[in-house]
Amino acid sequence: MASAVSHLHKAAGPAHGHPSRVTQDSPWVRRSLTGVALLFLMGFVLLPLAAVFVEALRKGLDVFLQAFADPYALAAIKLTLTTAAIAVPANVVFGIAAAWCITKFQFRGKSVLITLIDLPFAVSPVISGLIFVLLFGLQGWLGQYLNAEAPWFPWLQQWLIEQDFKIIFATPGIVLATIFVTFPFVARELIPLMQAQGVDEEYAAVTLGANGWQTFWRVTLPNIKWGLFYGVVLCNARAMGEFGAVSVVSGHVRGETNTMPLHIEILYNEYHFAAAFAVASLLALLAIVTLVLKSIIEWRHGRANA
Amino acid sequence: MKLKSLLSALLAVVAVSGAAAKDIELLNVSYDPTRELYVEYNAAFAKYWKAKTGDTVTVKQSHGGSGKQARSVIDGLRADVVTLALSGDIDPLHQVARLIPADWQARLPNNSAPYTSTIVFLVRKGNPKQIKDWDDLAKPGVSVITPNPKTSGGARWNYLAAWEFAKRKYGSDDQAKDFVAKVYRNVPVLDSGARGSTTTFVQRGIGDVFISWENEAYLAIKEFGADKFELVTPALSILAEPPVSVVDKVAKKKGTAEVAKAYLEYLYSEEAQDIIGKNFYRPTDPKAAAKYAGQFSKLELFTIADAFGGWAKAQKVHFDDGGTFDQIYLKK
Repeated sequence: MASAVSHLHKAAGPAHGHPSRVTQDSPWVRRSLTGVALLFLMGFVLLPLAAVFVEALRKGLDVFLQAFADPYALAAIKLTLTTAAIAVPANVVFGIAAAWCITKFQFRGKSVLITLIDLPFAVSPVISGLIFVLLFGLQGWLGQYLNAEAPWFPWLQQWLIEQDFKIIFATPGIVLATIFVTFPFVARELIPLMQAQGVDEEYAAVTLGANGWQTFWRVTLPNIKWGLFYGVVLCNARAMGEFGAVSVVSGHVRGETNTMPLHIEILYNEYHFAAAFAVASLLALLAIVTLVLKSIIEWRHGRANA
Repeated sequence: MKLKSLLSALLAVVAVSGAAAKDIELLNVSYDPTRELYVEYNAAFAKYWKAKTGDTVTVKQSHGGSGKQARSVIDGLRADVVTLALSGDIDPLHQVARLIPADWQARLPNNSAPYTSTIVFLVRKGNPKQIKDWDDLAKPGVSVITPNPKTSGGARWNYLAAWEFAKRKYGSDDQAKDFVAKVYRNVPVLDSGARGSTTTFVQRGIGDVFISWENEAYLAIKEFGADKFELVTPALSILAEPPVSVVDKVAKKKGTAEVAKAYLEYLYSEEAQDIIGKNFYRPTDPKAAAKYAGQFSKLELFTIADAFGGWAKAQKVHFDDGGTFDQIYLKK
């Protein structure tokens, strides 16, 4: 990332002739711009965040803690953690593989692949959920296959009916939908980084006799570790916080298929406002931890490059 | 040899656990306002069933807009029983997915509706806009809260109640349509379920009047205090009969058919009818109905069968794509 920034500087320099012009605006302009930015942050980020904690603690610490003693809340937290524990590693593997093949090799259809990786960002989460209902629902493709009178591969149909897999309205569906919406995070983080780093170091490693795995573990991975970690943090935050796509495939069965965001909605709808905000504050806490981790990573990363 | 002995050991275990008390899990897929009712009823049923058979029943609940919930069951949500807002939402379980027989509604007393309810108005304390009857909802400057009839069962009852009122008062379906169109022009937000609308009106403070399930209105007053809201009962409203059904195909597959059937039958028992009255639904059992009669205002009630020729017909004319709701709402 740092190299991308310096690249920008180089490009901007000759065009303007005054590289330091940005800092020559009057103090008044600078201060008012900073003020506007700070006010905006206060109003749209800090205030709502503070409100979550104030509402959560409004009825005292006892009520706050009680919200987490509820078995439904515990089940929701457990399901959210399980989902993230499957979705994040899956997307780390996929993200590294995709970034690796996109940045280190030349092949046809590369731009198509990059566009496909971005697709989940462009699609509304509700549509992402409905895709899985259409694929795995009883009225969807899978359902039609299971109910078909003369299917292809009758043994497969028989086997599937005997196994009786639950996909949507169960944990697998929630995991699938989460993987889908968090798909681009790791890959998107790694692609620009690996592009900027180029393939020189890998060439050197291969020339010195390293095989593929050695090149990856000893050269590529150490180079991308901070970018990768950053991608993981973002991916995890979204995996735990996703509402729309998960809501569609969840079925909303209490203690079974409700994730934390869905549980918050239920508590709110049942007039348990303090409990709703208590669980929400746990999610907000996660957001803050994410921010702190992100800052640490950026700081370390900046030092490593300096 | 080894495999055989393993198998017989396994069979023995199965046989033993079959004889001992079982843990049974049911899933009740219901509509929005029944959350509190079923929390209480599930505990009562679990106790009853434990005493009767020794088995432990845990009933899991899922709530949402009635139409949306039905759609989930059709798409594969494994409900043992559905307890939805109207028979029109349960019918597709037969028509689309063949999960239940066509005559499902004849299997339990009272058209499979163990409780009834009606549609009333919730207004802010002191009734500042002086809302007394359906007429007042169509007046300019009155902000009306009701959910979306496409996804919410309660909203469909609301819509039809307004329609029938206008038809009786002004004499024709055309005039009823004009009246309902005027009411919907006063609606600022269409939530997807009844509970969402309650929160919009009660918590977010939007709207002058909330067309609501009677039980939902009582619950809001109970939760937030009589110093904030008032209940207004119109002179005429609709008799809502939220029906229940076992989802035969799912229950059979899960081996829960017997418990699921008992779960719904017990809704008609004295104990359950009392819980129903306590949660502001109108009990169908005469004894419980008499006990809770003082709780509910008297009003003239008409049934969907008498006024609209049943749900199938009402659904087709008013709520299917291109029906009267689309006509008035898309024109808006």
